[in-house]
Amino acid sequence: MEWETVIGLEVHAQLATKSKIFSGASTTFGAEPNTQACAIDLGMPGTLPVPNEQAFRYAIMFGLAIDAEIAKTSVFDRKNYFYPDLPKGYQTTQLDKPIVGPGHVEIELADGSKKSIRIHHAHLEEDAGKSLHEASFEINGHGMSGIDLNRAGTPLVEIVSEPDMSNSEEAVAFAKKLHGIVTSLGICDGEMSQGSMRFDVNISVRRPGEELGTRTETKNLNSFRFMEDAIALEVERQIDLIEDGGRVIQETRLYNGDTKQARSMRSKEEANDYRYFPCPDLLPVVFDDDYIESIRKDLPELPDTRHDRFVEQYGLSSYDANILSGDASMAQYFETAAKASGDTKLTANWMIGELSARLNAADLSIKHSPLSAEQLAGMIARITDGTISSKMAKQVFDGLWNGDGDADSIIEAKGLKQVSDSGAIEALVDEVIANSDKQVDNFRNADESKRPKMLGYFVGQIMKASKGQANPQQVNEILLKKLNDLL
Amino acid sequence: MNNSIMHNKTIADIIAGLDAGEFTSVEITQHYLKRIQQLDSTYNSYITINEASALAQAEAADKRRAEGNAPAFCGVPIAHKDIFCTNGVRTSCGSKMLDNFVPPYDATVVENFARAGAVILGKTNMDEFAMGSSNETSFYGPVKNPWDTNTVPGGSSGGSATAVAAHLAPGATATDTGGSIRQPAALCGITGLKPTYGRVSRWGMIAFASSLDQGGPMAHTAEDCALMLNIMAGFDPKDSTSIDRDVPDYTENLNQSLEGLKVGVPKEYFDEGLNPGTEKAVRDALAELEKQGATLVSISLPHSKLAVPAYYVIAPAEASANLSRFDGSRYGYRCEDPKDLRDMYMRTRGEGFGDEVKRRILVGAYCLSAGYYDAYYRKAQQARRLIKQDFVDAFETVDVIMGPTAPSPAFEFGAKGKDPVAMYLEDIYTIATNLAGLPGMSVPCGFVDNKPVGLQIIGNYFDESQMLNVAHQFQQTTDWHKQAPEGIEIGGAE
Amino acid sequence: MTIERADIEKLAELARIEINEATIAETTQSIADVLALVDQLQAADTEGVEPMAHPSDAVQRLRADEVTESNHRDDFQAIAPATEAGLYLVPKVID
Repeated sequence: MEWETVIGLEVHAQLATKSKIFSGASTTFGAEPNTQACAIDLGMPGTLPVPNEQAFRYAIMFGLAIDAEIAKTSVFDRKNYFYPDLPKGYQTTQLDKPIVGPGHVEIELADGSKKSIRIHHAHLEEDAGKSLHEASFEINGHGMSGIDLNRAGTPLVEIVSEPDMSNSEEAVAFAKKLHGIVTSLGICDGEMSQGSMRFDVNISVRRPGEELGTRTETKNLNSFRFMEDAIALEVERQIDLIEDGGRVIQETRLYNGDTKQARSMRSKEEANDYRYFPCPDLLPVVFDDDYIESIRKDLPELPDTRHDRFVEQYGLSSYDANILSGDASMAQYFETAAKASGDTKLTANWMIGELSARLNAADLSIKHSPLSAEQLAGMIARITDGTISSKMAKQVFDGLWNGDGDADSIIEAKGLKQVSDSGAIEALVDEVIANSDKQVDNFRNADESKRPKMLGYFVGQIMKASKGQANPQQVNEILLKKLNDLL
Repeated sequence: MNNSIMHNKTIADIIAGLDAGEFTSVEITQHYLKRIQQLDSTYNSYITINEASALAQAEAADKRRAEGNAPAFCGVPIAHKDIFCTNGVRTSCGSKMLDNFVPPYDATVVENFARAGAVILGKTNMDEFAMGSSNETSFYGPVKNPWDTNTVPGGSSGGSATAVAAHLAPGATATDTGGSIRQPAALCGITGLKPTYGRVSRWGMIAFASSLDQGGPMAHTAEDCALMLNIMAGFDPKDSTSIDRDVPDYTENLNQSLEGLKVGVPKEYFDEGLNPGTEKAVRDALAELEKQGATLVSISLPHSKLAVPAYYVIAPAEASANLSRFDGSRYGYRCEDPKDLRDMYMRTRGEGFGDEVKRRILVGAYCLSAGYYDAYYRKAQQARRLIKQDFVDAFETVDVIMGPTAPSPAFEFGAKGKDPVAMYLEDIYTIATNLAGLPGMSVPCGFVDNKPVGLQIIGNYFDESQMLNVAHQFQQTTDWHKQAPEGIEIGGAE
Repeated sequence: MTIERADIEKLAELARIEINEATIAETTQSIADVLALVDQLQAADTEGVEPMAHPSDAVQRLRADEVTESNHRDDFQAIAPATEAGLYLVPKVID
């Protein structure tokens, strides 16, 4: 039986402001608990919010980047619920009049096809604090949780998509695209491991032609891989459930990246009633065209523009350009390395190949790459100038990855220098030919069309004799000449 | 100097006396502290008395004055309603929930008075979280009206009103969400002013209903209210609803003649619910103003009837969210040994809040809940616009609007205890100005059965000066504001 | 609009306020009285009237993005019911 999957995303991106959305407390990550929670963030009695202009500026930049209408008047609402990480007992957010209206982004898939994903709206809101459950605090025998409110009040832009994605590839491509946009704009640091960008995925399945199925929401996915796994898991769960005669219930689910399992969050007897209403402590926020246009004028290069430039300027394929231009740090890394190495093609290949594979395996973003763009460029330059072969470069790359120094010192230390001295190579060739009477005879007697294939043996022997350091191109040239001389 | 009449002085008198060196701040502060010690067990107008810090402030004030460096309120003793956060001094908001709450910060109003050199005698009693019109909802017990200790002082600023009326402070700060300055001022025979919304900073003033709350002064005279408002008013970047607009010297226009003043008299404010004695006192006051050259213009505020119902949706709705922060997690009351999180929330809030506060939170939650928002909250907000428009239209033709402050004089304790709606109707004439954001005053204008009656003056937006001018002129030819309750020795004029 | 005990129980849960058994009938009645009062709104003709959330027509001022607050954790936690290691302690949070 055929199934269709329908996926929508809600994305929370922490805005890279210095201070919080409604207070002058710092947003720096990783401070001692509650040292960056001021009276406003703690919801102390009598305290009042004053919004941060930069949060609006960033939200507007995002709206312009996705071709959305910017609200001339936007309004903050209170969303009421009790939770220890929510000091005021309500979250200040935007419901009816968000700052960013409908927009869209285009994603490119592995097969080269493109798809437009609609964005319903994006709004500003305050982040909550954190509950630390693992700590073994206790009062009178009752287990306690520790509350750290440093994160409370950090500005978030929540981006809500339409349910336009139909598989995990599209969802991940969309998520990566948003990541690329916000990091390119410089409005979010994109550090997913620190929770700077978090994804909630709404998933439902249906048979083709049927109405939308009941959806579930899997919350707080903070890596693309978790997102991919969580979607696969949930789609399978829903299909199994329905095929077994059950039915999907609307619920919130939590995915655990360590166990690769998801579970329903404590079932709520009744649906939440958030009792939204306009926040009386805040007035309508109004922007005029001049303000919005001045922001548009200063927008940095966006992933789509950069993609086209990469194709044009560096002669990259659309697919390669997509990979290298999507993320701002990736793009910057590429351009730095390409410029320094002088070989854009080879730089692109190494980044998309070895570097990406290593980063993925180690679950690192390019920002935290152990080898810098300059170091990679140094290695590539040595390939280009013939100092090392591509095969030897793998060892150099290992050295760079492990922090053994720059390419030249690794080449030196490991003795990886390619032998390009034609005299030395000639001697090796002569030696191998002298010790390979049988193969030389075979070569001599073979049909001319079959001879090129027979070179492999000789090259292999010569490279072995040179401990892999002979310049393969020179080996080929000299070998061919010498063998031909024997004919 | 005669200590027995020291507490008869207005704030203007005190400033003049301190300036002239007739007495020191320490002397007058000691005098008030002694009176509070002697008399307040009867009235219960203070929750906290700042004996030591008040004397230290008075000494510092006297020193500054000697150095020729005296700011406007240097050495003048006043009291703060216990809704204003005071750094290092317990701020209870009249609630068990905050009985142990000592904020590490000051309200802007508190800071302004500190900068002006004022001496803070203590924190005054109030209805719990400012929800009440009789001061009976305070966790610290009811305040007694000095005119008749069997009757209520009004609320929610009943402590401030009584402290002033009983001469336990020459002036006190207060707040008004639906009449909480004006109604107790009327019931206690003093002068009180609620400024235009946005005129006085709400920073550090514990919120009841954010779009309605406004701090203001209570004192004996309009002139004293003007002096206090000079300190209280002003733009505060910490309050998003504070209006960035110049603050005039509110004493500047006090002495202008009322010749040509157009006084709007809304027919809806003289309806069947009004006590006949109150009506007579108010009509007499209007006649007095006519004598001074004012013209009375009969007007209509056709949506007046919507004010009380709209208010009892909007105020509880805002309160229901504003009071969610009192959850036992970070400050204030936490129930004994909670067994889990829900238990902590339910019992902390069930035990920490009194009945009226709980009732309003529940009503507010109801009006905002799914399925009822449009019928209640949205409808109330629409009614609010209609009410505001009534006033805007009226001010096209009149300068001020006048009528009674409260429908009747002070009532006995428990008289409206079981029926919240009867209590809510106490504010029937004051609520509309909060919904519209307009400034309003109450000025003593007579007595019914030896109980004071208040005349309400409603001004146009940011036209506190005109209200004060009218009130001051009225007080030049009347002496209702100079009367003192029996048992309060105020002596004769010096 | 009639309001019943079950409605009050639901509201009490939403507002996290324990209402004790002895007073729930009285609470229900008094809230019903208040709602009867506010129901007078239903008679008003508000067709086409823009809801008004604020008394003034002012618009929001925005703050420059500057860090103006410093660490006062000790002051705030001195008045907290329970803290440990710089954290506020509350009964265990279970998702």
